[in-house]
Amino acid sequence: MQTFRITRVIVIQNSQGLHARPADMFARLAKQFQSRIELVRDTQRVEASSIMDLLTLGAAKGTSLVLEAEGPDAQEAVDALVRLVESGFPNDEAEVEEQASQGDER
Amino acid sequence: MKFSDFICKDAIRTQLEADQKEAVIRAMATSLVEAKKINSKDYESIVEAILKREELGSTGIGRGVAVPHTKHPSIDKLIGTVAISQDGVNFESLDGEKVHLLFLLVSPPDRPGDHLRALENISRQLRDDTFCRFLKQSRKPDEVWQLLEEADNHQFPS
Repeated sequence: MQTFRITRVIVIQNSQGLHARPADMFARLAKQFQSRIELVRDTQRVEASSIMDLLTLGAAKGTSLVLEAEGPDAQEAVDALVRLVESGFPNDEAEVEEQASQGDER
Repeated sequence: MKFSDFICKDAIRTQLEADQKEAVIRAMATSLVEAKKINSKDYESIVEAILKREELGSTGIGRGVAVPHTKHPSIDKLIGTVAISQDGVNFESLDGEKVHLLFLLVSPPDRPGDHLRALENISRQLRDDTFCRFLKQSRKPDEVWQLLEEADNHQFPS
């Protein structure tokens, strides 16, 4: 079986950052793939499938992280996770509330 | 953000009797009322908000830890408490394990950064097995507080 190693830079888009709910979504998605998936912030390297690990990054909006996947489905894994991050974690209710309250101010 | 910046020492509870998720959350919120960190008139709406958040997805983050939380307009500064359950509580965690260490967080509506930093601190410290073990073995709130202070002072490498 072929193994691929894919690396992508991702930037946290949502205003609330990578808190428990997005971390949960990210971890669940990462778990669906065979590849070993890690997120790197500066010198910190964490397992993408562990919510607790992801939370240690304390990644607020605008934070750049490096996503690394290694395995047979590395490309699919990276594509899916990038989509999740770049869409700002839809279904993060804290995010939805935040946007709604900003809408009210207009 | 250190534990001492947001954990209310007087609200810490060890030897929780409650063993169901809602009862545990209620007990922890009650301890914050008793410590005069939240108003009793806000208690019910805070508890409802925390429970509603749990419905979206368990805050059991693995390794026997849960971080139930909510924002609330009555709060102007992030406040939290710790509870230890010896027998464990079913929190429907992703890893399927019972939860023994609970950190309840209530934050003001407009400061996501503080909440995120608190989660960062909690998760970093609790990655250390020794710290987790000592916390779980704590019998008195003072012991928990001491451990939190030691963690703040980098006694537990993470």
